[in-house]
Amino acid sequence: MAPLVEVRDLSKVFPVANKYKIHAVEHVSLEVGHGETLAVVGESGCGKSTLAYLIIRLLKATGGQILLDGTDITGLKSRAMKEHRRKMQIIFQDPFASLDPRRSVGYSVKEPMQVHGTASADEQEEQVGALFERVGLERGHLRQYPHQFSGGQRQRICIARALALEPKLVIADESVSALDVSVQAQVINLMMELQNDMGLSFLFISHDLAVVERIAHRVAVMYLGQLVELGPRSAIFENPTHSYTKRLLDAVPIADPRQRRERPLLTGEIPSPRWGPGESPKLVTMQEIEPGHFVAEE
Amino acid sequence: MADVETTESDQSDAPDPRRHQPPPKYQGFKMFMRNRAAVFGAVLMIGILVVTYILPIFITDNKNEIIAEKHLAPGDEGAPLLGTDYLGRDVAIVVMNGGSTTLKVAGFAAILIVGIGASIGAAAGYYGGWVDSALMRFTEFFQVLPGLLFAIVIVALFSPTTLTIVLAIGLISWPGIARLTRGEFLRQKNLEYVKAATAIGASDRRIIIKTILPNTMPVIIVQSSLIMGAAILFEAGLAFLGLGDASNLSWGFYLGLNRASFLSNWWAVTFPGLMIFFTVLSLSLIGDGLQDAFNPKLRGR
Repeated sequence: MAPLVEVRDLSKVFPVANKYKIHAVEHVSLEVGHGETLAVVGESGCGKSTLAYLIIRLLKATGGQILLDGTDITGLKSRAMKEHRRKMQIIFQDPFASLDPRRSVGYSVKEPMQVHGTASADEQEEQVGALFERVGLERGHLRQYPHQFSGGQRQRICIARALALEPKLVIADESVSALDVSVQAQVINLMMELQNDMGLSFLFISHDLAVVERIAHRVAVMYLGQLVELGPRSAIFENPTHSYTKRLLDAVPIADPRQRRERPLLTGEIPSPRWGPGESPKLVTMQEIEPGHFVAEE
Repeated sequence: MADVETTESDQSDAPDPRRHQPPPKYQGFKMFMRNRAAVFGAVLMIGILVVTYILPIFITDNKNEIIAEKHLAPGDEGAPLLGTDYLGRDVAIVVMNGGSTTLKVAGFAAILIVGIGASIGAAAGYYGGWVDSALMRFTEFFQVLPGLLFAIVIVALFSPTTLTIVLAIGLISWPGIARLTRGEFLRQKNLEYVKAATAIGASDRRIIIKTILPNTMPVIIVQSSLIMGAAILFEAGLAFLGLGDASNLSWGFYLGLNRASFLSNWWAVTFPGLMIFFTVLSLSLIGDGLQDAFNPKLRGR
């Protein structure tokens, strides 16, 4: 079966002052299978959120292709794109900013259904109630406003909104990093349950490797806009091969002070993805070192 | 988290108080009531509305007619409450009747200003790029026009009627609200709830009207009350210069008519002047109070 999402050579270049350019995403190719969770990890500024926005078409790619369920959606105009938006939804990082403060949360969850005219008003009302229960909230909360909820609750509401159109792919852009750890675990459990029940695919953008280890089937490591390693979770966590992946894993704190680190911690700033006129970043090539485990040459 | 409570009982995960949060029901009203100056403004406005619209109902002979000798000071024998003007009209009656003209001009001008300004600002802020540049150059053109002169030209060209006065005030006063709306749209465009609306496939029109505009309304409403005050002053200025609707004596126009005799006949200019002063004052106090009521960040200041 063809993968749900296939991304080929996707690039995004932002022009900045004086003909300089930010190469935020450089020739990224990856795919997300049906019912699979692909985690994209990397440090701040590596382009992982840009990648998410490109795939969900909040930003326009400057190069490459995005195939959703076999259809090329890269250059679709917003009218043609509308149909495909039903298949993918996004959950943002900041649960305080991602709900309209002047609308009841019930309205926010119902809005996608209204936009797409999925059902009659009564059915929509019923579906919203069912969604609220599905994500662990009560129907009684429908008429309340976002500021009356905690961060974890709001993120549940955002999940309900994302599910309103019964999408196949949900992009979670750092969706739990703004929550404290116990709430984080609950939201992640909810996402995993939903995946089991509904066969959702997740593109899980995160910098938190502990979370990624828990939820991901496969992991893509991004550095300066490019993928440097891509493979099954076990391969990435047990056999990290690219030096950047190793350093990223080393940066996870060890809870035992007697245990010494073998390698020094990541130091210094990452290089800037800003390039002058005529300059461009060096492209890496990926090698398959074991089935499904790709590593960039160094 | 199975037992879902509101934030009060969920301290560990409480929302960040620095973020913008709309007041729960009635909290805005309470904030307004706590601002004494605003309450004073509101009471003043109610008083002005009563004098303008309700009091005339109870006055049987409510016409701007000559009723006594001219130049009778208040308190003179046979003089009405506020004296008579240069024709012998009752100043109190003329002032009372003038209110509806002044308020009508100010109200329609404010609607026109908000209509033009908010539309242009919304389009510029939302679409950005060349649309923004073009609309902002257009806005700046109107901003640098000498307002009073431009209005005088328009009104003089098309005869001074209520309509032309409203149009003239509207045409020269909208840039402020356009810039304000544009700024709000620029800010909100990058917020995640607007991105979420894009991601669900909402049209630009829907996002502008149903998502961003409702969140911009508080700012626009606050500004409208100040705009009305400015429109009243503008109308008074035009009318004082003689560019008023002669069949509907507004406060400003009446003030202008009595200009020639104001040294000997102070009451005929003072009372319409005071009405203008109190109306503008009350509108700006109300605007201030609304600002507090809508903006939780300013609370407690």
